[in-house]
Amino acid sequence: MTLAEVPLVLMLIGLTAYAVLGGADFGAAFWQFGAFGEHGGALREHAYRAMGPVWEANHVWLVFVLVICWTAYPQAFASIFSTLTVPLFIAAIGIILRGTAYAVHAGTAREIERRTIDGLFSISSLLTPFALGTAVGAIASGRVPVGNAAGDELTSWLNPTSLLVGTLAVASGAYVAAVYLAGDAARAGLGELAAAFRTRALGAGVVAGAIALVGLAVVAYDAERLSDNLFAWPALAAVAASAAAGLATLEFVRRWRFEAARYGASAAVASVVVGWALAQRPELLPGLTVEEAAAGRPVLIATIVGVAVGAVILIPSLALLFGLVLGGRFDEQAAERTSDRATLAPRRSRRSLTAMAAVAGALGLLLTLAFDGGPFLALGVLGLLTFVALASVALGAAAAEDDGRKERL
Amino acid sequence: MIWFLLAAAPFAPVDQEYVFEARQMQALSFAVHIPLVCFGIAFPAFVLFMEALWLRTGDPVYRTIAKRWSKVMLALFAVGVVTGTILSFELGLLWPSFMATFGEVFGLGFTLEAFSFFVEAIFIAVYVYGWDRLSPRVHFLSGIPVAIAGFTGSLTVISVNAWMNHPSGFTLEEGRVTDVRPLEALFGNQFLWHEVVHMYVAAYIVAGFLTAAVYAWGWLRGRRGRYERVALVVPLTIAALAAPVQIVVGDWAAREVAREQPTKLAAFEGLHETEKGAPVHLLGWYDDDEVRYGIPLPRLLSLLAFHDPNARVAGLEEVPADERPPVNVVRVAFQTMVGIGFLLAGISAVYLLVWLRRRRLPRSPWFYRAVVVAGPLSVVALIAGWVTTEVGRQPWVVYGHMRTEEAVTGASGIPVGYATLVLVYGGLLVAVAWILGRLARAPLDVQPGPGGAAPLIAGAARKDAEREER
Ligand code: HDD
Ligand code: HEM
Ligand code: HEM
Repeated sequence: MTLAEVPLVLMLIGLTAYAVLGGADFGAAFWQFGAFGEHGGALREHAYRAMGPVWEANHVWLVFVLVICWTAYPQAFASIFSTLTVPLFIAAIGIILRGTAYAVHAGTAREIERRTIDGLFSISSLLTPFALGTAVGAIASGRVPVGNAAGDELTSWLNPTSLLVGTLAVASGAYVAAVYLAGDAARAGLGELAAAFRTRALGAGVVAGAIALVGLAVVAYDAERLSDNLFAWPALAAVAASAAAGLATLEFVRRWRFEAARYGASAAVASVVVGWALAQRPELLPGLTVEEAAAGRPVLIATIVGVAVGAVILIPSLALLFGLVLGGRFDEQAAERTSDRATLAPRRSRRSLTAMAAVAGALGLLLTLAFDGGPFLALGVLGLLTFVALASVALGAAAAEDDGRKERL
Repeated sequence: MIWFLLAAAPFAPVDQEYVFEARQMQALSFAVHIPLVCFGIAFPAFVLFMEALWLRTGDPVYRTIAKRWSKVMLALFAVGVVTGTILSFELGLLWPSFMATFGEVFGLGFTLEAFSFFVEAIFIAVYVYGWDRLSPRVHFLSGIPVAIAGFTGSLTVISVNAWMNHPSGFTLEEGRVTDVRPLEALFGNQFLWHEVVHMYVAAYIVAGFLTAAVYAWGWLRGRRGRYERVALVVPLTIAALAAPVQIVVGDWAAREVAREQPTKLAAFEGLHETEKGAPVHLLGWYDDDEVRYGIPLPRLLSLLAFHDPNARVAGLEEVPADERPPVNVVRVAFQTMVGIGFLLAGISAVYLLVWLRRRRLPRSPWFYRAVVVAGPLSVVALIAGWVTTEVGRQPWVVYGHMRTEEAVTGASGIPVGYATLVLVYGGLLVAVAWILGRLARAPLDVQPGPGGAAPLIAGAARKDAEREER
């Protein structure tokens, strides 16, 4: 691997995480779509609840992929976005609708409102992965030339490979989601729901597998270059790994072993992404190799170092969040009444705080007005900010507590 | 031949009929995103402040407020995430040539921003879902990364904007950048610091006055219990301290602009001719190279911009006509921001004086009416400020290096996209307003909604507080 390829690997990791975690989110909404029957309500609520705490974090992966792309391969990013304007705009609109429906749904009261919101949520959850999938298909089948809107605005993403990848994105999301939801329901002791999602997982797994198989044929017909590489070492190994992981997952689900299935499903999706990358190597876009597309050395190094440093913070944080969620700590029954007693030390003198704030404010004002740059200006601005912070603490606490004291008198 | 040109310069300028619509679309998306992120920046601090008061005093009212607000915070965060993602898409959808040419120079800022958002998204979930599930101390600590990430996130993204306004850290050779020094471009840029500080203070002003406005409205309608008073007093105090400071920071910003972007400064004031001892005009309209119907304040511009009443101020005439920004847009936006800035500082002064002397809230309903108006006005100031900065940067997207029409996409359909976005964002605003109103009128149970995003405000919160107080 060369330096120029490292950011691409990071992007693929992000893309896999998005396809698995974000895909599971989209898929959860997919299952809400048809769920109006007897268990419909419970099913829909369960889907919302299970993805609650991780919703935002899952979607940052998409942003992560985009920003690495435009930093490390700016020409490729610009070519992709200008040619694939239509599907990407559709995805963007889907993201807005979805986010809005998600934020609003908790406040719906009447059944008709709930249905409207859930419907909007589900439709946008289908639209977004489908549109993003068509864009991936366009890149994979070499339909995005280098340049500002240089490709065809319609056929670039309305073609067999694109439609296939779009469908596969929806199906694999539905599959991963069903596996996750079955696992969550089993953990929460909701046997009936777990069984319902298990059935769905099995069904979706078979469908996704079938689409993938058909897909190989479609790619062979529609995207010659891609398929030539896909059926040769090393990409073929990834394809085989994906198939194996997919089959293993189905077996895990059948045996009610949802934890193992969770990882198996993720591995299946990851292998598809890896296979695609290997098949396309070394070209990013037709006539543009990764080496040619890459930004300058200092930029690549800064990006890699930045990501590495970020990962040091990110990985333990993600582990914490998923640990809490998967450990059931956020489930409803985990709620307990924690003590209402004070636990912090009693307050420090408010007067000294006020005095410090006043000094910082006066100093800040003088320095900020007097200097046009340099360390003294910086000191002045810091003084001003310190003033706001300290005075807020002193006055805010005083105002709130005095009010309480008056109340008690 | 044409083929050859295309091959040689794939991102050469294109003919785009709808540059104006593209700019409007970008501006609209920002105008929706920015007020939301003010809550992502400042609200965590408010909520933590309330929780700290609870931990220290054991008074349950603080805990109730913190818990309620944290849910509002989560809902607004979700919408902030969505609107921010749209912005990232639009950079590629609307301005591919800008991204292709300069993406590598400023991209690092966004890469670091992404990590801030990861941290913010993770800990906001731990915090909001962790009520009653984590020990009080751990719970409080889990909120601190949210507040920090709000700051680092805005620092890194504003570093990009500051770079667009005052670019450095690269060499441009035949339309391609070479010798890129990303850290220098983003963080070695003095333009960054006033923008960050000004925006950060603005976020506290906007979140503070808007929150206070909700409870001031309640006060006017007779909801004046302890819960409402505390929920009013804390954000109001913070905003009231930030508002006067913002004037000093704004003065610093203006001096930086005067030094680095003299044409933008000239547009603030509608100054056509380069002058010594230049005046400021209040109000009025710029027409035929001068400000008409304005109230002149002699020498003030020189004094403000350079802290010297006789300083020489460069006018618009210094640059060719096609390198000047649209003066009236910039000027009106600037005056709106400054006017509102002084108004907010005035309201703040009244509040702080009454409190320091009498140790109570003002009693006149006019004060509460003023606070109700101050909320939306602070948002107007925020957007006006960004219009000042961004339209004042025109016609450049990268100041002095690339013009906006060179940055734009060659794709068709911008008007369709723009119209769609207007509809969708209109729907978003209606939906959010509807749900806030619904929740205010028909209080839900204390249970957090399944999405955890139930923004329970005013009425619902009051019921809950009363229950807990009993
Ligand atoms: C609540 C919001 C708010 C308030 C009350 C003010 N501002 Fe502001 N202003 C902003 C919010 C803002 C901002 C956050 O919208 C901007 C846009 C870019 C930036 O850095 O901050 C801004 C930009 C901005 C700029 C342009 C900076 C640039 O182009 O880099 C100047 C010169 C000022 N402001 C000056 C002032 C003055 C003299 C004020 C005094 C009353 C003032 N602002 C109040
Ligand atoms: C003044 C400018 C900006 C500030 C201060 C700002 C700040 C923030 C903050 C604090 C958030 C967290 C979400 C929230 O609190 O609601 C956020 C979200 C976001 N912003 Fe901005 N932003 C700015 C401009 C931009 C721009 C120019 C872009 C991209 C082009 C952008 C992209 C994003 C994205 C992608 C998110 C979602 C992050 C996530 O998924 O968690 N923002 N922004
Ligand atoms: C901090 C990050 C920001 C970045 C990276 C950024 C970037 C951009 C870009 C690329 C454009 C299009 C090119 C151009 O018209 O020059 C633009 C235009 C614009 N932006 Fe920003 N912007 C930022 C913050 C904001 C905010 C917070 C607002 C608030 C409303 C804003 C308001 C506008 C407006 C009004 C335009 C259109 C200018 C015109 O048409 O004259 N920007 N910005």
